[in-house]
Amino acid sequence: MIPFYAFIFLPFIFAIIVPFLYKYLNRQVHTGWFVLLVPLSIFLYFLQYIPSVAAGETYMYTLPWIPTLEINLTSYLDGLGLMFGLLISGVGALVILYSIFYMSKEREALHNFYVYLLMFMGAMLGVVFSDHLLVFYGFWELTSVSSFLLISYWYERRSSRQGALKAMLITVFGGFAMLAGFIMLILMADTYSIRELIANLNLLQNHELFLPAMLCVLVGAFTKSAQFPFSIWLPDAMEAPTPVSSYLHSATMVKAGIYLVARMTPIFGGSSVWFWLVAGVGLITLLYGSLTALRQTDLKALLAYSTISQLGLIMCLLGVGSLAVYFGSGEEGTVFTVATFAALFHLFNHSTFKGSLFMVVGIIDHETGRRDIRFLGGLMHVMPVTFTIALVGGLSMAGLPPFNGFLSKEMFFGAVNEVAHAGIFGLSSLGVLFPIIAWVASIFTFVYCMIFIFKTFGGNFRPEKLTREVHEAPLGMLIPPLVLGLLVILIFFFPNLLGKAILIPALSAVLPMMDVAPYDLKISAWHGLNLELLMTVGVIGFGWLLFKTAKRWITSLRGFPKGFMLSHWFDRGIEETEKLSGSLTNRYMTGSLRHYLIYIFSFFVLLLLGSLLGLHGLHFDFSQDAPIGFFETGLAVAMILAALTVLLAGNRIVAIVALGAMGYMISMFFVIFRAPDLALTQMVVETVTTVLFLLCFYHLPKLKKNIERISFKLTNVIISLAMGVTVSLLALAANGHKLFEPITSFFENAYELAGAKNIVNAILVDFRGFDTMLEISVLTIAGLGVYLLVHQRAKRRESNETE
Amino acid sequence: METLIVILVGILVSIGTYLILSKQLLRIVLGASIVSHAVNLLIMTSGGLKKGSAPLLGEKMAGFTDAIPQALILTAIVINFAVTALVLVLCYRAYQNFGTDDMEQLRGNENE
Repeated sequence: MIPFYAFIFLPFIFAIIVPFLYKYLNRQVHTGWFVLLVPLSIFLYFLQYIPSVAAGETYMYTLPWIPTLEINLTSYLDGLGLMFGLLISGVGALVILYSIFYMSKEREALHNFYVYLLMFMGAMLGVVFSDHLLVFYGFWELTSVSSFLLISYWYERRSSRQGALKAMLITVFGGFAMLAGFIMLILMADTYSIRELIANLNLLQNHELFLPAMLCVLVGAFTKSAQFPFSIWLPDAMEAPTPVSSYLHSATMVKAGIYLVARMTPIFGGSSVWFWLVAGVGLITLLYGSLTALRQTDLKALLAYSTISQLGLIMCLLGVGSLAVYFGSGEEGTVFTVATFAALFHLFNHSTFKGSLFMVVGIIDHETGRRDIRFLGGLMHVMPVTFTIALVGGLSMAGLPPFNGFLSKEMFFGAVNEVAHAGIFGLSSLGVLFPIIAWVASIFTFVYCMIFIFKTFGGNFRPEKLTREVHEAPLGMLIPPLVLGLLVILIFFFPNLLGKAILIPALSAVLPMMDVAPYDLKISAWHGLNLELLMTVGVIGFGWLLFKTAKRWITSLRGFPKGFMLSHWFDRGIEETEKLSGSLTNRYMTGSLRHYLIYIFSFFVLLLLGSLLGLHGLHFDFSQDAPIGFFETGLAVAMILAALTVLLAGNRIVAIVALGAMGYMISMFFVIFRAPDLALTQMVVETVTTVLFLLCFYHLPKLKKNIERISFKLTNVIISLAMGVTVSLLALAANGHKLFEPITSFFENAYELAGAKNIVNAILVDFRGFDTMLEISVLTIAGLGVYLLVHQRAKRRESNETE
Repeated sequence: METLIVILVGILVSIGTYLILSKQLLRIVLGASIVSHAVNLLIMTSGGLKKGSAPLLGEKMAGFTDAIPQALILTAIVINFAVTALVLVLCYRAYQNFGTDDMEQLRGNENE
């Protein structure tokens, strides 16, 4: 257990060390050499699991993290996890080796690069080994974040930043959807563990949240794996350095969604929605990606769309494979189990050939300074090794023998041919579309592979169009794609070796309910004249024809209007949303105090009056009221008159004096209501306030004595009347509800308890002295504030003068 | 009696609100003062306005008026005074700095 976690966290730990290595050793040694040790050791560590996992063993490790919330770093190692672990660490090692020669020691900020890359590697390992849903989500988002950092590695370029932002927005959107789906799953089965979810399937399948959870999880998988229509971020992510594109955007991160779908197949597989969404979207993505790839002139963009299309293929196969869950073990189920096997097989193959192809593009870019096929050509003789690798990778991608892509494509055709005969989920009528679309998409795939190989390496060599003097790449840069290219060929000749050791255990992880034993035979059955082979021959024939006539139709394809591009609509959408929110905010955030006050008052009125009326709180009870006296009535009338004077005064002094009069009348009220202390205080405070007001204006000679009369605004009138009515109604309703006796009688013991005869003063300084203390501080702070406000100005003047 | 005072409070709140909604700084301060007067009266009323003697134990009367609202209002008056003083000086400074007391012109600059 300890070594396992040590290796999972090794990338993170090493990421902390990298900046120091860079700072102290970069002048002598490229930092990448140290980093290379990390994936290499992880790879070697995982290799030793192969025999035992192939024998059907699984490993479960738990590291407590937040045990009280049952959140633990639970790791589960089975065939599927191991396969991804090997891919991540293996391709990771090759990519880092490649990057040592690709990234300049002098010009690049290598410490950033390797920290992000290691972070990504660790996160990706975490994703594929996590059994805990929330921990899975945490690592999942960490891959998004580190991918964001890597895409924007050359952050001074505008396009890098935009690509990174787009990738972030889309993948995090999907991540949130996935989290929602996970939470629904957790609610349904009351467990965080994927293992236990699979074990408690019967709890899930008839639950009303089953479908929403499935949709949310699928959105997460589709955004991460760049499925239609979420694929738009992947081509823009090509602004990243090529090792990153090769690693993240072909071999690992974009397969996280595939991993998720494969992992969830035992849970959701077998339902028609799952089948149609996964297989259908995969098929659409396959066609869309292969068709759009034809339009591209930039090699990396071409590879990006080809990645999208190949991911669609794998997704489609996983969807078809999920039918096996429906049929269960038996003749019919076995047929579709092969589809899942093909998905895993193609996933592995795609990582090998796509990784090598990206590295090839990186080499071309590095050695010629160009990535656009319109400028390239005839590199065959200048870069023979690179050409060989591109040929191997490209032909494998096109699905030609003797490369591994041929095998998986044959299996793909086999699977889609079977779909037409499945006879469930409405497939008897629509099923025939599967082989047709798959076949057409394969033709397009073939064509763009040919374009990739022959427009770059064939034709005339035109050195005048290239920015650098072209020569073969250094050996170190060639080794990683060579290794991958060798794998491509080796897997073709010895597919069963890989199949037995890695793919079969992975298959039994995806479809645990199926009996694995019968497929041993199927894997070796890769030759023989059958329908699939004929389809491949057709692909090659039509593809070659299309490629030869490419000049005629490809310009019209490139001239496609913008309106057909998803990316265009995404950008428009973002732009419009920003505009909309900007105009909305500007509409209500006017900067005018009056408007804000209107919002506040209206809200106050609506909420209080609404709840008062809505909850039937309007009960008046006047029985407790004291009789109305003559003095009070007179005072009240006088107060209203004084307030109206304040309101309508055309002269500041009149308004101030009227306000003072109001204050004195209040103190008269206090006298009548038997509150001597209040009356005293009110009198003094009113005097001081009035003096302050007057002083203020005495010292403001510029301010005219006369002010314009207050203007009549109907809105203001309505709101202020509503405020008055609300306060009155509320007070009346409250007065009608005396729920319990006041506690005043306690304070009437002031003499016994506090030795005071004045109850009010005893409350102020004894019973509730704390309030008074803070009130004093309020007064002090206000005094200080006033002093500073007056004094600061003089200071600033002085400093202005000294300047 | 309570009803009368409550209605008075309502009228004062209306007038105060109307003043607060106007655009002159001084009127806003005046409006706030009127509202605070109204609130003090409301607190007084909520304690009940039954006639009794002032809350002084020296008085030899049967009952006292409620002392708690009185203590509360006393605190409120002082705090209100402090705030009013500060706001007044702020108005004075605002006028000195910007040469206007019109809230619509004191909207702050666009580059905030």
